[in-house]
Amino acid sequence: MSITLALQLAEGAIGLALLSALVSFFPATIRRRVAMPLFTLSGLVALAAGLVTLINGGVATAQLPLGLPWLPWQVRLDVLSGFFLSIIGVVSFAVGIYAPGYVRGFEGGKDSLRVLGGFTGLFLAGMMLVVLADDAFMFMVAWELMSLSSYFLVAWHHDSAANRRAAFLYLLMAHIGGLSILLGFGVLASFGGGFTFEAMRGASLSFGWASVAFVLAFIGFGMKAGLVPLHAWLPEAHPVAPSHISALMSGVMLKVAVYGFIRFVFDLIGTVHWQWGVAVLIVGSLSAIIGVLLALMQNDLKRLLAYSSVENLGIIFIGLGLALLFLAEGHPLIATLAFVAALYHCINHALFKGLLFLGAGAILHSANERDLEKMGGLLRRMPWTGFFFLVGSISIAALPPFNGFVSEWLSFQAALQAWQLEGGVLRSIVPIVASLLALTGALVAATFVKVYGVAFLGQARCRAVRRARRVPLSMRTGQGILAFLCLLLGILPTFFIDLINAVPREILGQGLSQVSAHGWLWLTPISQQTASYGAPLVAMILFVALVLGLWLVGRGARRVRLGDAWDCGYAPPTPSMQYTGTAFVQPIRRIFGLLFQISDGVETQQDGRRRYYLQVVDRAWGLLYAPIARWVEWSSRQVVRLQSGSIRTYLGWTLATLLLLLWLVV
Amino acid sequence: MAAWGFALIQSLLYLALAPLLVGWVHKVKARLQNRRGAPIWQPYRDLYKLFAKEARMAHTASLLFRAAPYIVFVATWLAAAAIPLLSTDLPTAAMADVIVIAGLLGLARFFLALAGMDVVTAFGGMGASREMFVSALAEPAMLMAVFSLAMTAHSTNLASVVEYQLLGEPFLRPSYLFALAALVLVAIAETGRIPVDNPSTHLELTMIHEAMILEYSGRHLALMEWAAQLKLLLYAALLVNVFLPWGIAQSIRPDMLGMAFVLLVVKLALLGVALAVSETLLAKMRLFRVPAFLNLALLLALLGLMSHVILEVGA
Repeated sequence: MSITLALQLAEGAIGLALLSALVSFFPATIRRRVAMPLFTLSGLVALAAGLVTLINGGVATAQLPLGLPWLPWQVRLDVLSGFFLSIIGVVSFAVGIYAPGYVRGFEGGKDSLRVLGGFTGLFLAGMMLVVLADDAFMFMVAWELMSLSSYFLVAWHHDSAANRRAAFLYLLMAHIGGLSILLGFGVLASFGGGFTFEAMRGASLSFGWASVAFVLAFIGFGMKAGLVPLHAWLPEAHPVAPSHISALMSGVMLKVAVYGFIRFVFDLIGTVHWQWGVAVLIVGSLSAIIGVLLALMQNDLKRLLAYSSVENLGIIFIGLGLALLFLAEGHPLIATLAFVAALYHCINHALFKGLLFLGAGAILHSANERDLEKMGGLLRRMPWTGFFFLVGSISIAALPPFNGFVSEWLSFQAALQAWQLEGGVLRSIVPIVASLLALTGALVAATFVKVYGVAFLGQARCRAVRRARRVPLSMRTGQGILAFLCLLLGILPTFFIDLINAVPREILGQGLSQVSAHGWLWLTPISQQTASYGAPLVAMILFVALVLGLWLVGRGARRVRLGDAWDCGYAPPTPSMQYTGTAFVQPIRRIFGLLFQISDGVETQQDGRRRYYLQVVDRAWGLLYAPIARWVEWSSRQVVRLQSGSIRTYLGWTLATLLLLLWLVV
Repeated sequence: MAAWGFALIQSLLYLALAPLLVGWVHKVKARLQNRRGAPIWQPYRDLYKLFAKEARMAHTASLLFRAAPYIVFVATWLAAAAIPLLSTDLPTAAMADVIVIAGLLGLARFFLALAGMDVVTAFGGMGASREMFVSALAEPAMLMAVFSLAMTAHSTNLASVVEYQLLGEPFLRPSYLFALAALVLVAIAETGRIPVDNPSTHLELTMIHEAMILEYSGRHLALMEWAAQLKLLLYAALLVNVFLPWGIAQSIRPDMLGMAFVLLVVKLALLGVALAVSETLLAKMRLFRVPAFLNLALLLALLGLMSHVILEVGA
């Protein structure tokens, strides 16, 4: 009964999102008061629907009065959809609270706020429809709705050529990816004899055809998820959109791609093979390590966050790869553990990346600055944003007691069971992946020390930042909600894993039964002997010891005397003497130099002053994108030869085509 | 409950012993250099002096700069509390396994580096940059090294790892040797000892850890120094108790604990002598030689893990 209620809630959430899109086209006074609250409400209802589904389990289906006569649109809500629906819901809720204050900064600008509000609503509706779709046809329509509406959001600041270029690239890649997914569904549909997911689940595929479908789906969904080497569009497109949209795109839309992959591979194909697991592991670890190294090199805050999304999706796919590998090798319990780690990281990434993008938006809003090298000292100017950003940074750096650490811990626990695999090769791949995961974690910490240290600590490096003002309460609240959830998921993992457990129980046939067997204090994924993590205890002891330390050491101590920083007896330090972000990463840039295309040197400017320049370019451009672009240009130039300008030639071609078609058809 | 009480006592013992180990290393080093050296309880006197002194801070520093010493100290202490020192009957080891210990040390490092970036001098940023650079390379090596132990013992709980060591026949596993070598290299890098960093230098070209805490004084500096001493003891305890656990108490009985304490002091003293000798013999290396040093550690750790999963699992 309650699962049907959840489905009705989910439909209501979609309706609210569409309504919010519609209201955005009303006059400004109504739009300002109604559109964003509707959006927020839609997120809240979606979250409720997702949670009800996760708690109660079960499946509900319904038919929408849309679609083709012989293929009406089917929606279906099961726990997997419910899980992703709640991720969509929770981030949209926070974004909805944050957005009004942020969007007010664009009032009176030349870009239309109607378009922004309209496509934001459509975008949310599209994402929710994707996770509810029960046939390939509706899935693709919803997928396109999501991609196209986000294209318009990326292209919203369309007066700069770079933004238009990024938006076009996004559109192009989204469609190549979409095509690949479509073909993948085509393979399943032709074996299953229908476009409904029900029919596809029943299809029995040979290893070869299943692998074809898997590869197509992996390319399609991996493209959307920004996996290396197809990632290069992501850091171009995501930062260009307004910040709350970037939060939605990085935090939520990438998770929809993960949903698609899980639905396609684990649910529709069903039978998995270890080769797929190895492929996903390799791509995932490459994405993680290359993503974080490129993130480390960026000085544009939003671009840096976008590259870090590539890395986080890599970590999620490492989890999924481990799950595939262990599942195919007949170790369902460990596969479940890896699967849960991936799902947990999905929520975590949605929360902290949403939070960090909202923080970047707050800086953009009050100081109009995206360049890290111009920031500094923002913690004093914007204490709340600074505090929430710190929470986000610690979470993303996978440090206890915050949420990022929990999913990293679970991933390591799954990897540590590699000894159960058959054969030395498989057994040794997993430790190598684990070491890359550890390296990634350490580099993420370096990245966010750089970001936080350069942007929020020290002193401002330019005037606008020095005069930054705190952002409105609504924006702080939006960030605060996500920051609070980051802490909550970090200290109470057993509750959340008990909730998530419904998903592997449905998809893989079993959950982690031991996870809270020793009480809510102890996270014990396999057994108490193997590993346990008392997250609430660690958090509590840290807190108590901190308070105690402050009391013992600080009590009765004399006031801290303020003075100048030590200047070695020379001139007093100025903001320009601070370590810059570029300088901070120099050692790492030097030893991982081969992975980037670096050009640097000293150039003499026109006024005779000398200036150091440095450019770090993603190698994916030169190695993958540029050759394909050249090839497309070359082949279109070949096609141009047909265009002679003489009508007789054109008629000749038409005749030839006709003849060919007749020959083919008859 | 008794176990938790003992865990508390053991964690206090960490606090008490940490300065002593540093004092001992300094003393041995001084003797090796034909100096008489300061008495071995000099670090206690230094800490006492610093706690009593007034703290000074740059007026450009933010609240984070003031909070960082406490966070660094508490996180390091909690990490130490989860490593068996005298007994393996340790509930904190179940609360925080090796991955959590690495995470807590990461948390301490995160705030240490941020504190370094907070004051408007280039020293702090330079130290933070180098610290994160070194730790980025050291952390995977450390995790891989402890993973090969954890895989052997089928547990990431350090107390279980130690108990597994004690239970089995004392035969030499190749994975243990690799892990030991890797962990020694990592410990040197992570605790900022020669040849990676020099704890007694204040030259801008060479310092890493000292550069980050350069702006601290008074009680803040005391906490930072104490945390660094704790970290040295933590790694020393990890090395001696995981690789040479014989003598450690397996339950909380006074006679066993007394025996464990005596043996522990002997083991730590020997390790301290080894550290002093190696620091006297070696020179600090250039910063860009450090990656080679740590890559060696990672390689050894990975070899250990591989030799475990390939050679030892089936056998």
